[in-house]
Amino acid sequence: MTGYKIIVLAKQVPDTRNVGKDAMKADGTVNRAALSAIFNPEDLNALEQALRIKDSFPGTTVTILTMGPGRAAEIIREGMFRGADDGILLTDRAFAGSDTLATSYALGQTLKKIKDFDIIIAGRQAIDGDTAQVGPQVAEKLGLPQVTYVEEIKSIENGRVVAKRRLESGVEVVSCPIPLVITVNGTAPDCRARNARLLMKYKHAKTVSELQNSNEDYLHLYNERAYLNIQEWTVNDIESVPAELGLSGSPTKVKTIENVVLQSKGAKVISSSDVDIEELMKDLIESHTIG
Amino acid sequence: MNSIFVYCEIEDGQIAEVSQELLTKGRSLATELNCNLEAIAIGHQLEGIEKNIIPYGVDVLYIADDKRLAPYSTLPHTSIVVKLFEEQKPQIALMGASSIGRDLGPRVSSALHSGLTADCTSLVIGNHEDKKQGKVYENLLYQIRPAFGGNIIATIINPDCRPQMATVREGVMKKEILDPKYKGKVVKLDVAKYVSDIDFVVEIIERHIEKSKVNIKGAGIIVAGGYGMGSKENFRLLYELAEVLGGEVGASRAAVDAGYTDHERQIGQTGITVRPKLYIACGISGQIQHRAGMEESAQIIAINTDPEAPINMVADYVINGDVSEIIPKMIKFYKKNSK
Repeated sequence: MTGYKIIVLAKQVPDTRNVGKDAMKADGTVNRAALSAIFNPEDLNALEQALRIKDSFPGTTVTILTMGPGRAAEIIREGMFRGADDGILLTDRAFAGSDTLATSYALGQTLKKIKDFDIIIAGRQAIDGDTAQVGPQVAEKLGLPQVTYVEEIKSIENGRVVAKRRLESGVEVVSCPIPLVITVNGTAPDCRARNARLLMKYKHAKTVSELQNSNEDYLHLYNERAYLNIQEWTVNDIESVPAELGLSGSPTKVKTIENVVLQSKGAKVISSSDVDIEELMKDLIESHTIG
Repeated sequence: MNSIFVYCEIEDGQIAEVSQELLTKGRSLATELNCNLEAIAIGHQLEGIEKNIIPYGVDVLYIADDKRLAPYSTLPHTSIVVKLFEEQKPQIALMGASSIGRDLGPRVSSALHSGLTADCTSLVIGNHEDKKQGKVYENLLYQIRPAFGGNIIATIINPDCRPQMATVREGVMKKEILDPKYKGKVVKLDVAKYVSDIDFVVEIIERHIEKSKVNIKGAGIIVAGGYGMGSKENFRLLYELAEVLGGEVGASRAAVDAGYTDHERQIGQTGITVRPKLYIACGISGQIQHRAGMEESAQIIAINTDPEAPINMVADYVINGDVSEIIPKMIKFYKKNSK
């Protein structure tokens, strides 16, 4: 056995968990600049599962595939610092405006081009949409079985993956043949930290576009050290039907977006003094709300 | 007129709450659109299940009964739903935003190339004018959900692809039987025509399903904590207050993410929707995703150090101050005055 070829699907997302007061501009649109861009949390759980397979099966390779703007190369580097071998950034204006289905189509076509893989692992869902759709949709596009909500990959033997799934109402252990798509739950172990040696090794890893925009004095290094080149694929690197991509390939359209304007119900404001709290509790008891 | 379809989740021969809620919503949408409400039940030993589905106003119930179809597994259920939708061409399909619906829905939507909107908080029928194409779409399903950190509410439509698919969390819609004697047709599917051997490559080795011990949805009083509780230790105060008042403890997503309590207590768009007679929000700022799950509570008390917290806008009482000081006082004065 020479290990497994694993592709981790990851997404760079705005950190919607830490939305501050300046998250919206005066005109009611989202102020993306005020939100930091992070490695989607559950995709890190997915990466950890991939790295554990790599630990157990020498010869395993872990490739991060992400679709996004040029800066999304940041999460590929982040993944390499933690143990991924390489990454592919799929980036092109043709993908702009993709809903989950158009995203899955583009990722699916990319995976068909990569062709040589055993296990695809993704986070259950991304925090900017919480849809949990791309994993299963990619599986369907590739005609592969899917195992969602995985908390632990228990074994890989005889061409089958045995994994524990965390459901709302319990757990389930399933066995699924390779190749397959796995989505990993946030209850799975956290991703390991950056490794100092890998950080040194990959700190200058760049995509072609990043290289073109940098004043790198060491351009020759990128020829000598192939691992520093993060692959950047555009729509031309995959086979695709244009009508299936981006906005035109997205069955769902956003009809309207409304800024949330709250009208106060005019609450009774009280202090934390004994008198006020006692008064409140008496009111609630009298109105039979409690007691 | 093409029908509205609801996928009915079944566990141990029982129809999931969320499916009953969607049948109720599906019925009202079908009445508005003057079309049939149809449902699909997939599982094993489903004899008599129609008695628990048709009364919601279901005109046609399709049943796929085979021992290989229970418990739920992605591939066979997908194959049946996809083929049935190809035959029946529903205009709208609704599923629970549950472990099952969120596993099945995207797979079906991909196979049919139809749009799917997750975790809708409201479903409404409306028109849409595409000015660029000079085309008016009538009677589309508006799939409404908060988005982007809760700062916006998005209305999503699927103008061209069918079915228009949406998932909805448990508790968001209300369930209501239309007519216990409603006359609906039952169609038993020939399962062999809908699945193939390749659909059974995934094997379920073990399964431990536990009914949740937490009954937040049915609680009359909920004491909920947010990230502002500060620690797991402080969260214990909420259990004390809930016990004294005879209520349950709930949490915001931030509190769950911080590890203060379990996911099964999460209230909001991606958790449970509740309508208790009293909701006490402690250290919860109240982003829209949380409010979506509790703002229909009869009375709301917000305890917060931030006078600008959005939760205060939906509250009946606002207590400005420190939860660790206020909760013990509430317990003390409740005990003093309740006897």
